[in-house]
Amino acid sequence: MTFDLFVLPFFLGLITLMVILAVKYAGWIKGFQPSDKDLLRQGLFTRKSLDATGEVLMESLLHRKMFRRNALLGYMHMSFALGWFLLIVCGNLESRIYSKVHLNPPYYPIFLKYFISDGRVLSHELMSIPGVFRLLMDIFLLFILTGLVLALIKRTSSHWFGLRKTTRHSFSDRVAITTLWLIFPLRLLAESFTAAQYHHGSFLTNNFGDLLNSFLPVKQLAYPTWWAYSIALGCFFISLPYSRFMHIPTEVMLIFFRHYGIKPALHFNHYSNFEIQSCPKCGVCIDSCPLHTNANEDGIPPAYFLRALKINQPEISSTYGCLLCGRCGEYCPVGININALRVSQRIRYAKNLNGSFTYLKPADSQVAEVAYFAGCMTHLTPSIKISMEKIFNTAGIDYNFIDRDGSVCCGRPLWMAGKEKQARELMEHNKKLIESTKCKTIVLSCPICLKIFREDYGINIEILHHSQYILRLAEEKKIDLKKTDVQVVFHDPCELGRGSGIFEEPRQLIRQMANLVSASEERNMSICCGGSLGSTGINCYQRDEVSMLTLEALMANNPQAVITACPLCKKTLQKGSPVEVRDISELTSSLIDTKKISMPELVNQEEN
Amino acid sequence: MPHFGYTISTDRQIDYDSNDKRVAKYLAEHEPSFMICISCGTCTATCSAGVFTTFSLREHIGNIKRGEIRNIKAEAEKCMLCGKCQLACPRGVNTRNVILNIQRAFEALGL
Repeated sequence: MTFDLFVLPFFLGLITLMVILAVKYAGWIKGFQPSDKDLLRQGLFTRKSLDATGEVLMESLLHRKMFRRNALLGYMHMSFALGWFLLIVCGNLESRIYSKVHLNPPYYPIFLKYFISDGRVLSHELMSIPGVFRLLMDIFLLFILTGLVLALIKRTSSHWFGLRKTTRHSFSDRVAITTLWLIFPLRLLAESFTAAQYHHGSFLTNNFGDLLNSFLPVKQLAYPTWWAYSIALGCFFISLPYSRFMHIPTEVMLIFFRHYGIKPALHFNHYSNFEIQSCPKCGVCIDSCPLHTNANEDGIPPAYFLRALKINQPEISSTYGCLLCGRCGEYCPVGININALRVSQRIRYAKNLNGSFTYLKPADSQVAEVAYFAGCMTHLTPSIKISMEKIFNTAGIDYNFIDRDGSVCCGRPLWMAGKEKQARELMEHNKKLIESTKCKTIVLSCPICLKIFREDYGINIEILHHSQYILRLAEEKKIDLKKTDVQVVFHDPCELGRGSGIFEEPRQLIRQMANLVSASEERNMSICCGGSLGSTGINCYQRDEVSMLTLEALMANNPQAVITACPLCKKTLQKGSPVEVRDISELTSSLIDTKKISMPELVNQEEN
Repeated sequence: MPHFGYTISTDRQIDYDSNDKRVAKYLAEHEPSFMICISCGTCTATCSAGVFTTFSLREHIGNIKRGEIRNIKAEAEKCMLCGKCQLACPRGVNTRNVILNIQRAFEALGL
């Protein structure tokens, strides 16, 4: 016997799922940009596909990143993914023993125990191939069921799983999760009812079947339970493309695309669909968001923002409220580029908001070896630019302070607000100014400028943040630094650390001048100071709350001062900090050996 | 004629009947901090765009509140969104969002 009517809900559900997925994916891939299509074609039959398969194994099945976050959370996700995968693979192999053919209809392995009612394995045959398969199938089923128990516990006690807050699910997600949770208990029941009659299971189904047999009419219950199991599977498959479980097939595709070198574009495109649908709404990002833990902005964390994006209705508040600090991206087990998606939405919203900077006259500057661009925020914290000039002069550098008389903004704030076209106008202006200096190196004091200079200006000149540049001067012995006993902590500015990957240089420099203590959240896990120009949608009180959260993390080891490397962070943290907040350039300038000074300007500056 | 540093201001009457307060209403709804501005002018003093033009947020907020919105649309386009005004503001006005919402108001109201 290889067919029964009850397989139909499963079988039809599976076919529907396959058709929907094929249509969706084909449409999205067809809409890829030509360059992305080329990458896809070129990469398909190379080592990249092999590497991607490896990553799929590690992330989609074993959930390695989830394990790193929390072992229990990792185990829960792994038990579902790996357990179900093994059940399918093993079930398929097992079914070949009984059908004696290589290609079975897809429902045959799934409902194998129903179809093989005479497949009893005697006790002396337990170590035979059929016996081992039975044992394995029961182990895998138990493996998934333990995960299911954990998933139920997580509903009420998420703190055991390292989550303070969990995702609030939408209706379609709840339907899908209910059917998913029903699948495995129903499989256990169906197999146990049948095993009670034929004893063709293993330690789990045989014994559980016997137990049920003692007080239930198993013979009558078996057949309806197989129906229920099939219906649960069918319902899950049909609800999958419209729920969070769409991430299961989509994440696999996304991993492959990433290995082929496809990157998220500035504007929302068909590739963005793969990123959105890869979000499992696991909720790991919710705790990471400084606005969620503090200010309770429900729409801002990626799990909610991406859900709104799926149905194409992100609120203006969640689109513009986000600080773009990028902390959620470090937590995300799928590695979704959430900032790029958020900016792409802002571009959509801002498409009719104009801007015109025709009032800017083309500027040029004197030729110099090094161009120093302070940026708007540094002009607002003059002690930083004074310190930088002192450092340049002490080291005897041929430099030119190109925006001494007031900056034209670097364009990053407009870029982050979705006004890309206007940002480019400012970028063009600044580019011409820089090129006129014929400099070899640009030194920037503001990480916000640094990020856009490095990524989008497209200038072929070395671009350094002042923390990198000062470290280089110290290493080249152009400046002598005094070491003090002060205990300081370093605050990683978002755009410098996570944004530009500069974590070590500022720390190396600080260690030459003071004792560096650690913060409770630092490097890629550091929290935004609260001042980020990435957000326009939150008010000053919400910003203050973020600042307090950051300061709490910074004060973990009782430092005597906070050192940062961003004028905006300095200004923001200063408001609530119990200790002094200084920029790294100010620290350097106060500890520099000034005997080498030759420039009279510096003396004037200090007198002033 | 020698210039003594004095000028005679032209007489100006504010006609509340003909003034258009729709933008002000839109702003009060979408960025309420707009209402707590005390017109101190710190924003204008620190403005990046103000170095190159006569752009003045203080003046524009005042004009919007009075319903005089004739050249506000073109003026708001001059802002670079650099955010200095926001840090300098003693009242905590979310100035960058005020600018964005001025633009959104003109878009939404079809002005």
